[in-house]
Parts: sequence; C-alpha cells; structure tokens
Amino acid sequence: MTAASTAASTAAPTVVSVAASTAVLTAAPVSISAATAGGIVAALREKFPQDADKITPRASADHPAINIPATAAVAILTHLRDAHGYDMLADLTAIDWAEGASPRFTVVWHLLSVASAPDASASGTSASDAHAKPGSYLRVAAGCANDAEPEMPSVAAIWPGANWHERETYDMFGITFTGHPDPRRILMWDGYPHHPLRKEFPLAGVEGELPDPEVAAETKTKLIAAPMAGGPFVASSGGLNIGENEPRAKDESWNENAEKPKAEGLKG
Amino acid sequence: MTTEFTFQDNAAKNASAGHLAAGALAAGHLPDDAPIFDTEKMSISMGPSHPSTHGVLRLQLELDGDNVTHCEPVIGYLHRGDEKIAENMTYNQFVPYTDRLDYLAPLANNVAYAIAVEQLAGLKVPPRCAAIRVLVAELARISSHLLGFGSFAMDTGAWTPFLYQFTEREKLYTLFEELAGARFTTSYTRIGGVARDLPEGWLQRVGGFCDQFLPRLEEMLAMLTRNKIFQDRTVGIAVISKEDALAYGLTGPNLRGSGIGFDLRKDKPYSGYEQYEFDVPVGSTGDCYDRYLCRGEEIRQSVRIVRQVIKTMPDGPWYAADTEEARRIFAPRKDKVLTKMEELINNFMIVTTGPQIPPGEAYFEAENPKGALGFYIVSKGGGVPWRMKIRSPSFCTLSILPKICKGAMMSDLVSILGSLDFVMGECDR
Repeated sequence: MTAASTAASTAAPTVVSVAASTAVLTAAPVSISAATAGGIVAALREKFPQDADKITPRASADHPAINIPATAAVAILTHLRDAHGYDMLADLTAIDWAEGASPRFTVVWHLLSVASAPDASASGTSASDAHAKPGSYLRVAAGCANDAEPEMPSVAAIWPGANWHERETYDMFGITFTGHPDPRRILMWDGYPHHPLRKEFPLAGVEGELPDPEVAAETKTKLIAAPMAGGPFVASSGGLNIGENEPRAKDESWNENAEKPKAEGLKG
Repeated sequence: MTTEFTFQDNAAKNASAGHLAAGALAAGHLPDDAPIFDTEKMSISMGPSHPSTHGVLRLQLELDGDNVTHCEPVIGYLHRGDEKIAENMTYNQFVPYTDRLDYLAPLANNVAYAIAVEQLAGLKVPPRCAAIRVLVAELARISSHLLGFGSFAMDTGAWTPFLYQFTEREKLYTLFEELAGARFTTSYTRIGGVARDLPEGWLQRVGGFCDQFLPRLEEMLAMLTRNKIFQDRTVGIAVISKEDALAYGLTGPNLRGSGIGFDLRKDKPYSGYEQYEFDVPVGSTGDCYDRYLCRGEEIRQSVRIVRQVIKTMPDGPWYAADTEEARRIFAPRKDKVLTKMEELINNFMIVTTGPQIPPGEAYFEAENPKGALGFYIVSKGGGVPWRMKIRSPSFCTLSILPKICKGAMMSDLVSILGSLDFVMGECDR
C-alpha cells in the first residue's frame, strides 16, 4: 500500500486559525484557494465590466469561490453554466450572519461540472480551457441588499431544480426569490409565522397554533416549545472564552417551571 | 385520504333533458350519443401514510380517470430541524444525527460528515482509516441498494426478492453490529478517524459474506431482470432525459440511469477511491428499468471494491496523527487520557468545547447510495458550526416528480417512486 491516500485529499490549505469576524469571511482576504478562483474572476470581470468591482474572490478552505453582486446573479450564473461548463446546481442555500451584520443574509450557490467539454477530445483548444473539468465545484455567493426584507433573483428558470431549494431557503430564512414560479413554504406548513433557521429563532421553537384549526379544536393542543431548549447540550459558535463555548444552559430564565419562549419579538 | 368528487345522477339528468325515455333506461337500452358519465378530474392524496411512498411523503394528485394530470409532492412531515440542531452543538455531537438522515445507509452518512469536517479543518487521516471508510461505505451501499430494489420489486408485485434481500441485509447488519456496536444507528466515524479499529477476524467474515452473497445476488436479480411482469411495469416508464437529470440536480443511480456516467468516486475521488478498480454502470434510456439495472450492477461493483479493500487493507494507525495541531481537534487516546495530566485536560477541553475548527467554509459531497450527500459547513471558529447545510440527494430527486409523473398512469406511480429510491429522513432533515 504505497498510495498516500487520505480522506481530505483535496488541496485544502488550513485557514489560519486566528479569531476571524464575519467581515473576514464576507470580504475578500487573499488566501491560496482564493487565488485558484482568480481565473474565473478575471473572465467574469471581462464579461461583466459594469460589475467588475463587485466580482471578487471569496475565502474558502476547499473549492474556488467567488462573490458576485445580487443584481447580476442570474446573468452571471447563466454565463457560468453555458460558457464554463458548471452544468449542475449542486446546492443552493443561505447563511444568516445574525442581526446587526450587513449584509445579514448571504445566498450561496454550489455549482458542479458534470459533463465534459464538448470539444474535450481536441485537447489544447482555448474553448475547453474555460470549461471546468468534470467533478470541479465552484462556490458563488451574493449578499442580499436589504437586511430587513431580503431578496434575491430566482435561478429556477436556469436550473428547474432550484425551485425547491429556493422554496426551502425562503421557508427557513425568509429570503424572497423574485421571479420564483411557486413561492411557497416547503418543509414547514403554509401559514407558519416564523423562519426557523434565522439566528434569533430559539432552538426550542416557539408556542403557536396547530396548522389545522379543526384538529386543534378537537385535540385542544398547540405547538409547545421543546423541553430540551436551553438544556445541558446546547453550545454556540464562534465564542472565544470557555464559558461561551461550553455546552450549557444559555437561556437560564427558562426552565420547566418558568415562562416559555414567546413568539413576540420574533420577526415573521 | 381525502376524495373530492361529485357523483352525477346521470339518469335523472338525462331524463329531465328529454334525451331518454324512462322505459329505455329500465330496459338497459341507451342511445349511442347519451352522455352516460360526465368526466371530472379527481384530486386525491397519496400518503403520507401509504406503503409505496416509502415514508411520510404525500403526493397531491389530480387524476383524469387513470391518468395523472398533476402531481405535487408535499414534504416536511419528517422535518426535525437537523440544520438548526447542528448550529447548537459541537461537531462531535452531531455524528449520531447523521445516522438519521439516510437511515438505510448510516455508515455512508457518517463517512461523508467526517470527511466534510476534516476538509474544513485541513486534517489528514492515515491510509488505514481511509480504507476502513471506503469499506464501510461500500457495505452500506450494498445494504441500501438491496432494500432499494427489493422494495421496488415488492411495489410492482414481486414479494420474493424482498424476502431474499432482507436475509442478506440481516447478515450485513450483524457485521455492522460487530463493528460499531449498533445495527442501525452506527455513529462509527469521528472527526479524524473512526470510533474503533476493525474487530479481530472481521475482514475475513466480510470476505466470507461476499463469497456467499454474490450467488444470492444473482439469484435475486435473475428473478427480476428478465421477469415479464416486472419489465411491463418498468420499461419505458418515467423516462428522465439527460438534460432533465442535470437540470434537476439528480445524482447517484438516478443520474447514471439517465445515461450520464458521473460518479464522485471516479470524478472527484475521496478517501482513496482512486486506488480501487470498479466500473460505473450507465443506463441507456433513463426509465425505471434502467435505474433498477444500475443499482443491481452497482452492488456487484461494490462487492468488487470491498474485496479489493480487504486484500489491500493497510496496517497502521486508524486515527489521525496525534500532533500539536490535532490536539485542538480531537482528544488523545484513552490510555493516555487516563494516565497523563496534559492529555486529561486536553480530553476535557475537546469534550466540553468541541473540536477547534478554524474559521472558513467547506463543502463536501460524497457518493452515497441515494446520490451525492453534501455538507456545507460555515465556521466562525470554535467547536460549533455557524451554519451547516445538508445537501440531500432525496430532496433533489423528489423535486423532479411533478415533471415525470404528469401523464403517467396512476398505477405507474408506485413504479416511479420505487425506482427513484429516496428516503424521507434525508429529504426532510
């Protein structure tokens, strides 16, 4: 067994483990992997000169990654699919950087190249240089301009598979995808008042009504907050002092005998 | 199940319209142009508790006679908020939750999750660990595909293959139990390694399983592949074109059944898959039958990989090297923890605050039995992810249902669902 194979076999440069704030991730720090996105950034800047200053490499521990402006998202993603061979939308999701951050919401598309370039047999041609090799990923991110009512253009017309991903992102974060053919919730039920993956939504959930009023009247029950909320196994991200990092009861005002989390104060 | 249609009293209606003499109806003579039935579209719910929806999937159907004119999948009945949970616990604590995504291949999920976190941490695992992961992922694939085509056959009326494959799965689960201590929810991988080394003589028992399994597999497949009834139910049904498969983000056997030979194990090898020889089966038409054939062949190829791994299993450590860097990510060996002060403190820190993953973001997809299972992890540093998105292959697979079910026969729906081989635990997360 000579082959030095490892699980993390991709060239994954370790990001320097100093305390990094949101700004470090969303801005464009120069790293080794960002340099690999340079070719695509240059090509896109040439193609979209009006947005050139907003197309930047994005910090990444693995795949090439770029930031693009939300306004040009559809045009750029279409171009990446047609000219660069990223023919599959592997994943679409969002990140909530929590209240106070701006842009608060970032939408992330993961593109994957599946099919080979049509002229791959004629090696060395310039056309196939731009075409990504099968199995290469590209991470594309765009911040939502409005933090209170985030919006992003829909790519469901480019990849029909984005339809459900965008419904899920709307459901979980409340990001409206403009031009979406079927903008409804998908995992939660229609009429559910909250967006659960927003940072201010408590892990316990909040009390509320059952989706079906008939069932609610019959059973006289309602949605109740989960008893483990604020329990012993809750930890949080990014804290530097041990007290914050340690899994412990974060919400000590609440226990079995005290007040349960309320829906008030949560944005719908 | 709700049924919404109105029953038309045709006799009364026709009589009042003067089409028909009262006596003619009684005698059974109806004029040729008599409108006997008003056809109406019927809307019914298939599921969420229906044996052929394989979990809590509800299909809201609109039927015109036996033809499906509209099919809308309703999902979310098994939504547990796994992504929210992941944001509130350390990386190590989330491993058991990955068992419950695709609960028919928990070992493969464990492997995918561990590699995703290691990719973010820049951690390398030794060859033996990588080989063990390949081995267990392929055994999980065999187990998942067996159930996949077994229940597919059962849905189309063939009971026997289902019983045969359950017998074989039982043997696999006994092997899993020996390996991980649990038959179903294995939680076998760790960040930086696997929970424990292979048990004594386990590789020989896996080899023995393969030897007796292959003839049984051929028996099972022979019951279906040239079976006229099975072919009638599957050939030419729900054809997915290459373009559609790409556009809807289909992965795994569903993508390859449509004729696209894309396999992450070949095209983006991880965990040392590039060392093993195997073929990627590809369908020609993209119908239900092709997807079945792909799964059958993938089981044979998985057995081939398993045998190679057994033959070449490297010796050595099965956990990443215990360096200064690694001390921030995983706890030292237990014998050191129980005898040395430094290591005891280190162990305490890892257990309480979690592995200290550097800030950054990583996305890793593994070729799982159901398709590409992806983890997108955003870290702000510390032991808990800021955001973890789980890219579920079953979710993408189901999103194509409205497209391929339109125009299908109602009775073909069970074939279509069976051939897509999805799991709701993973779809709803």
